Amino acid sequence: MGPSLTFRTGVRDVLPTVFGYIGVGLAFGIVAHTSHLSLLVVAGLSFIVYAGSAQFIITSMLLLHDPLSAIFISTFLVNSRMILMSTSLAQYFKHESLLRNLLIGTLVTDETFALAMNKQNKTHGRLSFAWQSAANLVAYLVWGVATVVGAMLGGLIADPTRFGFDFALTAMFIGLVYLQLISDKHLGMSLQLTVMLFVALAYYLLIAVMSQNFALMVATVAGCLFGMELKKCR
Amino acid sequence: MSISLTELWVILGCGAITVLSRVLPFAFVKSLNMPAWLISFLSFVPITIMTALCCESLFVAHAGHLATLNVANCLAAIPATLAGILTKSLLMVVVVGIMAMAVLRYFAIGG
Repeated sequence: MGPSLTFRTGVRDVLPTVFGYIGVGLAFGIVAHTSHLSLLVVAGLSFIVYAGSAQFIITSMLLLHDPLSAIFISTFLVNSRMILMSTSLAQYFKHESLLRNLLIGTLVTDETFALAMNKQNKTHGRLSFAWQSAANLVAYLVWGVATVVGAMLGGLIADPTRFGFDFALTAMFIGLVYLQLISDKHLGMSLQLTVMLFVALAYYLLIAVMSQNFALMVATVAGCLFGMELKKCR
Repeated sequence: MSISLTELWVILGCGAITVLSRVLPFAFVKSLNMPAWLISFLSFVPITIMTALCCESLFVAHAGHLATLNVANCLAAIPATLAGILTKSLLMVVVVGIMAMAVLRYFAIGG
């Protein structure tokens, strides 16, 4: 990943994450198919809701005939981390128009956020509308198409995990967190490593007493507060 | 090709909730000057959220009990991390990770 911030560079930079989208997207399509969702519903979820983990949860809640209110609350909780990520990312686009800010915000995901944070380490803290839009659009289209293809293949593939594609997403986050660790000169390696250990330990303890999505949020916020205090003490 | 009224409401409602979670912070940040403490707080969001997302797939939750390790994911994470250290390339981490997981599954290691 170089310092260039053009649309074309955005497309190239987002390519490694595409594997994760294809793997998990196909898996979602297959799950949705076996949960008796039609292609139209799968496409609606992917192109309108567009929220990876929330889509799996919505699918299982639809299957269980949970009330609409419960589905809405779960979706909000699972996606509440988007509020943190968007607030963080928005700082890089303050100079852009409101419309451009809203366009970027509409398609932000865990992956394109993480990618952008890696990118700005290489560009002295700058990001561009063109670069971010390219990353967002490629991710959006690949995810939507992969889920619909998965739903169409549905019955044909017995075990989509056999070839290890479900690990693509985890591998991608491992790669992104490592690249973040070594390239964020602002925070530095030892501070970040300490915060990482704190978050891992907090998450490990929290999932015993609360849902994974809630634990993810609490561990993240606690990690940020811990980091802030630690930085002050140095 | 069919869609029930419930499914339509779920798609529209959840779509609105998701897009608002994503877009409102952009409108908020654009129109306000953020205090220094908030900027400091947010500077830790990338590393903390990415760590938590990794942990999500490395641990298996058991309600009411301490979590256990997802052995297959943890094992595949080792060569993936090494690939990252050696190449500093996201693509290599992903490719090596997928290959490692395929090998683990082939030999039925880690469940």
